Amino acid sequence: MHPAPSIILFTTLSGLGYGLAAVLGLGLLDASTLSVKIAHLAAPVMIAGGLLSSTLHLGNPQRAWRALSQWRSSWLSREGVMAILTFVPLMISAWFSVIEGRYLPAAGLIGTAMCGITVFCTAMIYASLRSLQAWNTGFTPLCYLLFAAAGGFLLAAVAGYSSGTGGTVCAAIAALFVVAAWIAKHQWWTRLRTLVPLSTPESATGLGNIGHVRLFERPHINDNYLTREMGFKVARKHALKLSKIAVIAGGAVPVLLLVVAMLSGVGAVTIVASVLAVGFYALGLVVERWLFFAEARHAVMNYYGG
Amino acid sequence: MTLLPSSPTPRKLGLVIDLDVCVGCHACVISCKEWNTGGYGAALSDQDPYGADVSGTFLNRIHTFEVLPEGGQVIGEAGEARIVHFPKSCLHCEDAPCVTVCPTGASYKRAEDGIVLVDESKCIGCGLCAWSCAYGAREMDLAAGVMKKCTLCVDRVYNETLKEVDRIPSCVRTCPANARHYGDLGDPGSDVSRMVAERGGYDLMPEQGTRPTNKYLPPRARKPLAASAGSAVLAENTDGAKGFFAWLDGMLDRI
Ligand code: SF4
Ligand code: SF4
Ligand code: SF4
Repeated sequence: MHPAPSIILFTTLSGLGYGLAAVLGLGLLDASTLSVKIAHLAAPVMIAGGLLSSTLHLGNPQRAWRALSQWRSSWLSREGVMAILTFVPLMISAWFSVIEGRYLPAAGLIGTAMCGITVFCTAMIYASLRSLQAWNTGFTPLCYLLFAAAGGFLLAAVAGYSSGTGGTVCAAIAALFVVAAWIAKHQWWTRLRTLVPLSTPESATGLGNIGHVRLFERPHINDNYLTREMGFKVARKHALKLSKIAVIAGGAVPVLLLVVAMLSGVGAVTIVASVLAVGFYALGLVVERWLFFAEARHAVMNYYGG
Repeated sequence: MTLLPSSPTPRKLGLVIDLDVCVGCHACVISCKEWNTGGYGAALSDQDPYGADVSGTFLNRIHTFEVLPEGGQVIGEAGEARIVHFPKSCLHCEDAPCVTVCPTGASYKRAEDGIVLVDESKCIGCGLCAWSCAYGAREMDLAAGVMKKCTLCVDRVYNETLKEVDRIPSCVRTCPANARHYGDLGDPGSDVSRMVAERGGYDLMPEQGTRPTNKYLPPRARKPLAASAGSAVLAENTDGAKGFFAWLDGMLDRI
C-alpha cells in the first residue's frame, strides 16, 4: 500500500494525543501544575491536528460530516463518531485542570476509556480488511493500543517531571508499555513475514487448475489509481533494515533515556531525557507506520503482477 | 445505509464472462468508458490525456495472463502455455465489503436486484471502499474526487427509452466475440445460470468471502498443437489430392 504522509501523520499524532489524554484521565499527575495544564490542552490539539490531516486525503472534504452516519457497519464511521464524542470528557477534564486546578475522576476515567475505544476503532479500520492480509489480524489493534499507551505515558512522564511530581511513576509505566508494544509489533512482523498468501494469481483468475498464472499484459501501460494506491512495494531488505531502525529509535533509545530519567529522579536531566525519549519514540513510530503501509500487499496486486 | 440487504436479493443481476471466448480486443473497455462518462454520475476523467503520463478512470479493464502448465520452467517444457484474456469489472458481490466499510452511506447494494452502486452526492472520496475490494473494481475519479465503479449499466438495463435489444450493459452489447453475458443469476432457469451450470462457471477469489454474483466460465480444454498437425496446410505434400487437384498435381510434376 502507498504510505500516504497524511495518514501516517494522522495515526501517529492522534495515537500520541489519545495516549496522553488517556493517561491524564487516570489522575496520576497533579492537575494544578502548569505543565499538566499544558498537557491537558496539548492532547486535544494533537488529536485535532491528526484528524485534520486525515481529512487532507479526502476527495470531497466538505462532506466529511456524512462520515458520522454509518456507525452500524463501518469502523471508519465509528472512529469519527468516537473521536467527536471523546472530546467531551477531554474538554471537561481540561477545564477542571486549567481553570479549577483539580482532577475530576469521573470525567477523567470516562475520557480514558473513550480514548481507548477510539484508538481501537482506528485500528479496526485496517484490521477488518480481508483484502489486506497483513493487517487482517487481532495483533493490529493490539499494537495500536499498546503504542498509544506507551506514547501517552512517555508524554505524561515529561509533564510529570516538569511539574515535579509523578514523573517517575509515568516513566516506569512508559518503559513497560514501550517494551510490550514492540513485543506485540515483533509478533505482528513475524506473522507478516511468514504469511502464506490467502489469494494468489491462481485464485484471482481461477486458472490455477491449468497451471501457473503470470501476468502477461497489464490493462494499460501506464499506472492507474489502483497501482498508485496499492502497488507500492518496499524491498524486503530495506523493510528489515527499517524495522530495526524503528525498534532502536522507538524502543531501545526511549527505554534507556527513561532509565536515565528515573535514576536521576529530579532536575533538568529528567526533563531533557524524557523529552528526548518522546522525540525518539515518535521517530520510531513514524517509521513503524510507514512500514505498516509499505509492507502490506493488497490482494488486487494478483491482477497486476505485483 | 451501508448495511447489506438483510435477506438475499430476489434478483441477482450480474455478468457471466467467458474466458474461452474473450479475444482481448478491449472493445468493452472503450464502450464502458464511453457510456458511463456521459451517464450515471460524474464523467470518467482522464489525467494528462494527451501527455506522456496519461491515465484515467475505467470501470472495466482487460488483463492478459499467461498460464504455464505445472512443472514447466520454460514455455513448452511441460506442455503448452496459453494466453487468457481476462475482463474484470465489479462482481456485485453478495457480501460486498466495499459497502459495509463505507462511512457515509454512499456505497450501497440495491435490495431489489443486488446491484452495488455509489451515490456520488454522499461520497467523500475517502477511498476505503477501494481498499476493501480485493478485485480492484473501484477507482477514484481524481477530477471529481468521488469513487467510481461499474453500475451494471443500471441506466440502460431499466431504460425504456432504449430499444429492447439495447437494454443490456454497454460492454455486453459491444463485445464482438460475445464473451460477456448479462442476466439474473438468482434465477436458476435464466440463460446465464444455465450457462454457468453447463460450463462450470466459478467465483474469483472465493477465499475472500465476498460471494461474487458475476461468474467466469473457464477456457475449454485446448487441442494440443501436435494434434492439429494433420490439417496443417503448409505441409509440403500433395498425397491426398483428388479430382482436378490430382490432375493438376500430375501435370505440374510432368512439366
Ligand atoms: S467486486 Fe469489489 S466493488 Fe464490486 S461488489 Fe465486490 S467488493 Fe464491491
Ligand atoms: S470513497 Fe466514497 S463510496 Fe467509498 S467508502 Fe469513501 S465515502 Fe464511501
Ligand atoms: S456493465 Fe456497464 S458499467 Fe459495468 S463494465 Fe459493463 S459497460 Fe461498464
